[in-house]
Amino acid sequence: MSQDHVLTGGFAAPPQEAARAFRAALEAMARPGRVQMLRGAEPPEPLSVAAGTLLLTLCDTTTPVHLAPSHDTAAVRGWIAFHCGAPVVPAEEAAFAVGRWDALQPVTRFAIGTADYPDRSATLIVETEGMAPPNATLTGPGIELSHPARLPEIAAFQANRAGFPLGFDCYLCVGPEVIGLPRSTIVEAL
Amino acid sequence: MTDQAYNFAYLDEQTKRMIRRAILKGIAVPGYQVPFASREMPMPYGWGTGGVQVTAACLTPEDVLKVIDQGADDTTNAVSIRAFFARTAGVATTEATAQASVIQTRHRIPEAPLTEGQILVYQVPIPEPLRFLEPRESETRRMHALEDYGLMHVKLYEDIARHGEIATAYAYPVKVEGRYVMDPSPIPKFDNPKLGGMAAIQLFGAGREQRIYALPPYTRVVSLDFEDHPFVASKADHACDLCGSEVSYLDEVITDDRGSRMFCCSDTDYCAGRRDAGHRGRLSPEEVA
Repeated sequence: MSQDHVLTGGFAAPPQEAARAFRAALEAMARPGRVQMLRGAEPPEPLSVAAGTLLLTLCDTTTPVHLAPSHDTAAVRGWIAFHCGAPVVPAEEAAFAVGRWDALQPVTRFAIGTADYPDRSATLIVETEGMAPPNATLTGPGIELSHPARLPEIAAFQANRAGFPLGFDCYLCVGPEVIGLPRSTIVEAL
Repeated sequence: MTDQAYNFAYLDEQTKRMIRRAILKGIAVPGYQVPFASREMPMPYGWGTGGVQVTAACLTPEDVLKVIDQGADDTTNAVSIRAFFARTAGVATTEATAQASVIQTRHRIPEAPLTEGQILVYQVPIPEPLRFLEPRESETRRMHALEDYGLMHVKLYEDIARHGEIATAYAYPVKVEGRYVMDPSPIPKFDNPKLGGMAAIQLFGAGREQRIYALPPYTRVVSLDFEDHPFVASKADHACDLCGSEVSYLDEVITDDRGSRMFCCSDTDYCAGRRDAGHRGRLSPEEVA
């Protein structure tokens, strides 16, 4: 492994690029299912541009990150260590988790917060295959009527919603595209 | 011109990440107050340190910022916060509601409907709606966890018993998505109906109390009331003396020491826009050409 891949691929202008990336991430989480573009990072494979940009924008030494087997490579570990400084931890301790949906299973391992502090829950950054064709209809906060979405699974997100206000929150990434799926969203199979 | 002695938008990057994570969790659990490590800002508590930190975490170089204080663009608090971000973030500023992408507000929602793509940031003095009923944070946190909101209804009932109606006129409590009771900050209850179903993202920052909470767009927000005493969004029963509007929220201004008074829109941009369009009120007759 070349050291170059570890040291490169961060934000060129961190304050401005992180600000733009956060706004896209905020719009994504606030309007579930609507595709936003996340650019700025050039992370090593298999991290997508969107997932890498989310890590740079939200993670640092105070946020334990879990790498699912699909993403637990030396290159990814080195890149996160250099650019974010985030400790890599088991699923149960993670504030953020990155990986393909099947590699993140079982998702019931992740923190869902407590009744007193529902914010102490994990955010899953899920690498998916694509945003189409839709297989689910989303309703709930952030959605005026309903919104179609392509999800890797239906039942797990329905179970997550059932525990509201506890639960994990998800970003689904493909290349530079991202959609948000907070625990508040009601998912129905299409 | 951006002041190069500061990081973009004043706060350091690690602080902004911490605030951004709190905002995202607030969006995911609408109405829940997310604790955050509020920083000291170069202004006193009570002047919008919470709102300023949320705004700093949200601003991009392309944003156009509007700041209002009780609806007005030209008061000390609004002018100084606008100048603060013009200096530290180099963002464009405006007084026009429709042109702003980020609006920081103290105690009002603009009269003009907000749109998708806009963010409304509230300055919040006391985020806990139950605080004056139960001073212990450990207890109010448990009450939120258990949805134990009976005490709030008792308070509203006591209003009715004492005054014949719900006398709470501002900071009127709301229930968000049927789950959390939330303090909408001290906006007049006239503004409460605008909280729900709004197209813009609403973020609430309380600096001294170290809490951030949020309402995603199109969220269900219901003002607490009783079947036989329904919520009423009240305003002064007058028209604006400057622009003649009968639907806007009004400030009452004492004009001399003999009891004379006038009413004018609290939203200065709305009022000026109407006057520019030719509307006139009692005290602003047609200008003589």
